[in-house]
Amino acid sequence: MPVLIEIISPEKVLVSREVDMAVLPGMDGDIAAMPEHAPMMLLLRGGVVALHEGDVVTDRFFVAGGFADITGTRCTVLADKAVPVSEISIDNATAQLEALSEIWDKTDKTDMTRLSVLQDQILAVRAEIAAGAGHV
Amino acid sequence: MASLKELRARIGSIKSTRKITSAMKMVAAAKLRRAQASAEAARPYAAAMRRMLGELAAAVQGEGGVPRLLSGTGQDKVHLLVPLTSDRGLCGGFNSNVHRLTVQTIRRLQSEGKTVRLLPVGRRALNFFSRDYADLIVDHVSGVSGKEIPFSVASDLGEKINALVETGEIDVCALVFNKFHNAMTQVPTSQQLVPMLMEERGAGDVPADNVAQYEFEPDEATILAMLLPRNLQVQIYAALLETAAGENGARMTAMDNATRNAGRSIDSLTQVYNRTRQTNITNELIEIISGAQAV
Repeated sequence: MPVLIEIISPEKVLVSREVDMAVLPGMDGDIAAMPEHAPMMLLLRGGVVALHEGDVVTDRFFVAGGFADITGTRCTVLADKAVPVSEISIDNATAQLEALSEIWDKTDKTDMTRLSVLQDQILAVRAEIAAGAGHV
Repeated sequence: MASLKELRARIGSIKSTRKITSAMKMVAAAKLRRAQASAEAARPYAAAMRRMLGELAAAVQGEGGVPRLLSGTGQDKVHLLVPLTSDRGLCGGFNSNVHRLTVQTIRRLQSEGKTVRLLPVGRRALNFFSRDYADLIVDHVSGVSGKEIPFSVASDLGEKINALVETGEIDVCALVFNKFHNAMTQVPTSQQLVPMLMEERGAGDVPADNVAQYEFEPDEATILAMLLPRNLQVQIYAALLETAAGENGARMTAMDNATRNAGRSIDSLTQVYNRTRQTNITNELIEIISGAQAV
């Protein structure tokens, strides 16, 4: 029995189909959404969602953080930004990383909330570059 | 009566106006189709978000420390109104409908002794409100409508509003925008964003026995704190897309009317022109004939 995976970004629905398993990059570690999984809601870090059919990974999508809602029959991923791994532009991501590092240098190092937001963004972009380069 | 030359010039100028209005109508129709498509594409995200928020709100019910975006500041003194309009005119009553509803709301709130702040979006709203209510404007955004709207516009706006709520500068926040019904009708609507109004859960949404079993990672409060600002942005984004679709729909209708009116006025001017020309010819003939008879 498959599970219905939906990856939705604010602009559009990227994927909506049935797979055997989807591995999500949870904030506290990767989580696999499988049939009959207990209902669960989790925060995502920047990383790759891998769709499995049988033993094969059929599709990989990069998500830059977001939320996931898992139930026994479906898995809904609300991504802040989502792209198929094959369409990642490493040049863009590298430029973004440089811009973020610059902001990091300028930010007041006592402003913890701002710093942690920035840190998450930087980690997400690094994950995007790693995914684009195929190091995952 | 106007001379023939004047009439010719007037007909010519109306003809070129008609060309412009009919071109604008075509452009608006094409843009409308695109805007409608992107409004539809954005709907699943909003729907999934509503479902998750419903689950979460049920899970944290009765617990303390609920974020201000959900519960409000507990007061009802300072209202922030966010009128959404287009940057350009020539779209019938589209923008003035939003202005009128906003002004009505401002007057009502002020007569109740509330403080009102404004955050106009779109150049039209900024121009309009800086005339009479310049001292109420806290911030403004323009240059967003017309082209494809990136989500970042909505997220920036959401962050601004969130900051104002967190610092306690405003208690209630509402959007005023045109809800898109079809190309002919847009309904000016006011939608409250903060505190968030939970929709009554429909019976068919989620089976009740599912709710209690949800697990949360890391925990409810953390997810809620992330989800609420996101939800604010998504609602603003949806309203921006409705405005974009509505603007083009309104412009299409307005330009269609303008084209038709131009055609009508060309017809009647042409008639006057021909009649005048005929009169002139008749007059000349009479002069010639009476001159010939006199000899």
